[in-house]
Amino acid sequence: MSVAAEEVSWMDRNGLQRLIELLADEGHEVIGPRIDQGAIIYDSIRHVDELPRGWTEDSQPGTYRIQPRNDQEHFGFNVGPHSWKKYLFAPLTTVMRSRKTDQGWVMDSPQPELRRFAFLGVRACELAAIAVQDKVFMGAGTMDPEYQLRRSHLFIIAVQCTQAASTCFCTSMGTGPECHAGFDLALTEIEHGFLVVVGSDHGRRVMQSIDTRPASVDEITDGVRRRQRAVNQITRRLETDGIRDRLLSKLNHPQWDDVASRCLSCANCTMVCPTCFCHSVDEVHDLTNEEILRNRRWDSCFNVDFSHVAGGSVRDTTRSRYRQWLTHKLATWIDQFGSSGCVGCGRCITWCPVGIDLTHEVAMLCAEDAS
Amino acid sequence: MNAPENPWLSYTAVIEEVRSEIESVTTLTLRLQDEGRAAQYRFAPGQFNMLYVPGCGEVAISMSGPVSDDGNRIVHTIRNVGRVTQAISQLGPDDVLGVRGPMGTPWPMEVLEGRDVILVTGGLGMAPLRPVVYELMREPSRFGRRTLLYGARSPDLLLYARELDAWRSSGIEIHLTVDRADPHWHGHVGVVPLLIDRLVDLAPSNTRMFLCGPEIMMHFSAKSALARGMAQEHVWLSMERNMQCAFGMCGHCQWGAHFVCRNGPVLRYDVAEPFLQVRDL
Ligand SMILES: Cc1cc2nc3c(=O)[nH]c(=O)nc-3n(C[C@H](O)[C@H](O)[C@H](O)COP(=O)(O)OP(=O)(O)OC[C@H]3O[C@@H](n4cnc5c(N)ncnc54)[C@H](O)[C@@H]3O)c2cc1C
Ligand code: SF4
Repeated sequence: MSVAAEEVSWMDRNGLQRLIELLADEGHEVIGPRIDQGAIIYDSIRHVDELPRGWTEDSQPGTYRIQPRNDQEHFGFNVGPHSWKKYLFAPLTTVMRSRKTDQGWVMDSPQPELRRFAFLGVRACELAAIAVQDKVFMGAGTMDPEYQLRRSHLFIIAVQCTQAASTCFCTSMGTGPECHAGFDLALTEIEHGFLVVVGSDHGRRVMQSIDTRPASVDEITDGVRRRQRAVNQITRRLETDGIRDRLLSKLNHPQWDDVASRCLSCANCTMVCPTCFCHSVDEVHDLTNEEILRNRRWDSCFNVDFSHVAGGSVRDTTRSRYRQWLTHKLATWIDQFGSSGCVGCGRCITWCPVGIDLTHEVAMLCAEDAS
Repeated sequence: MNAPENPWLSYTAVIEEVRSEIESVTTLTLRLQDEGRAAQYRFAPGQFNMLYVPGCGEVAISMSGPVSDDGNRIVHTIRNVGRVTQAISQLGPDDVLGVRGPMGTPWPMEVLEGRDVILVTGGLGMAPLRPVVYELMREPSRFGRRTLLYGARSPDLLLYARELDAWRSSGIEIHLTVDRADPHWHGHVGVVPLLIDRLVDLAPSNTRMFLCGPEIMMHFSAKSALARGMAQEHVWLSMERNMQCAFGMCGHCQWGAHFVCRNGPVLRYDVAEPFLQVRDL
């Protein structure tokens, strides 16, 4: 491992508090993990005391519980129901506005609202998810102005996983558990403090105003050991070799009927997924019909209306909608954006009310391939 | 720094002319109100616009006029099938719509150069192909034999019937078919792919075919074309899916690996074929 080559410094909990304050002073809204309604979610934070210190999560297919830890770690969990996408790709945004005037309709697009976010506690799989959405919203095709604006002002404090949930499979997707790039700062929590690695000039500048000292060899070794613990705890696997062709050759496989008999088509998996990007536009009018907004909102390929064309829905069965979701995520995403749409965070497994596990479905679909 | 243009922004256009075509189908001629934009506006055959009725919604509609049209004359032929198209059908001259476009990958006109051309269409599929017909008429010497195979449910539902004579006299060979004939009908009766089966002197390797119509019609027409010895790479079709953004972001129009709005609507048959076989994809 290349830790020796990197400059690793050590800061304590007060340093983390100072970091939050410095970023806020720079005009950032600092967002981090907090406990709300029995889950670890992402929301504004001002103080380290708001972090889920001493809590962890138990994530299983179809179940999620937060539980007390027997230590006082600030980041001793993995991922909850939220992802960072709600900040960069807002769940609801006005994309156009029409006003009736004496001269007829006047149409314009509101300037996208600049919000400077600083994300605290971004995991490796989540860094990968942001990179995936970057390709969707700012890739080769059309730019999304709001996403682009927010993304270009984003400050990322990654947190290295030192444990993994039963639903994690980032090692299969090649996205984690260790963060290597794509952050301004990366923290590894060790006993009594944090190891800090700088990933950008901005990150370096901010750290200059914080009390730190070079980390000791023992501390660095402890960090390595803790990060390795996450690797060791990952048991879930998804075979990705040749997965595009393997899945696309099974569009008529009976397993789709099997999963459709369990799937509720509730769209939870797409809402918690950090890469799902599908959206729809709604008309919203005032009572007089004189000002009309077009609002973009998150939508899901699990909704029947999603594929509506005059005469009916193209995908009018759960079977066809589950197949669309899975084959898009794991296969055709590669054609479209050059990488898988899955980062292995496991949220869709945890938050599926009936515990459908995509790694299991893929294994069943491809069972005959192996033999 | 200039913010990038918001891809969702519609530009207002005035309806200059409304022409009723067949039952529940009208052709609108629009003019973009912004003169600069109107002058710059150009489209290629097979492309479409998103037409917007404030308070109602937005729909994808192909250009059906000649490519010489700029933004002072945008022609769309629209069938009233639902919420938005109904609202459009109630508009008249001087009413204003929103227009976003042109969008989509056009028909590959360059592949027709020096080739025999067969256009195969059913129902309203004629509209997105009319710009191609106009190109075939404009410079006949650029092409070999030019054929239009066109089907409708009944003779009174043939779109642009009043123009067919002019198309014929420019040298385009036209074969018509209907599902249900009336006493005055002299053309074929039956489905469109049969017209391909019956074509005499089809020179498969020198022929390029464009298909536009209901998916089932395109599916069986392509099969007929292949049975006549045409190569998959010489056949193109135009797909239809729900579209909200029309620039490859909203996810609605996905069909296999394709965003129909951006990679299509016109796709080459060999690229589309693996997905065309699969129900409810
Ligand atoms: C590339 C392309 C080109 C088209 N060209 C033409 C044309 O030249 N003339 C024409 O009459 N029609 C055309 N259509 C079909 C036309 O877009 C639909 O008939 C229209 O969207 C129906 O909308 P509605 O609100 O009236 O119907 P509703 O059934 O009330 O539909 C509600 C919404 O669903 C979506 N939708 C419904 N049907 C379709 C559909 N078939 N395709 C895509 N989205 C749909 C739209 O967002 C629509 O507003 C084209 C479609 C596509 C994709
Ligand atoms: S999937 Fe990997 S990176 Fe994401 S939370 Fe789990 S262990 Fe961490």
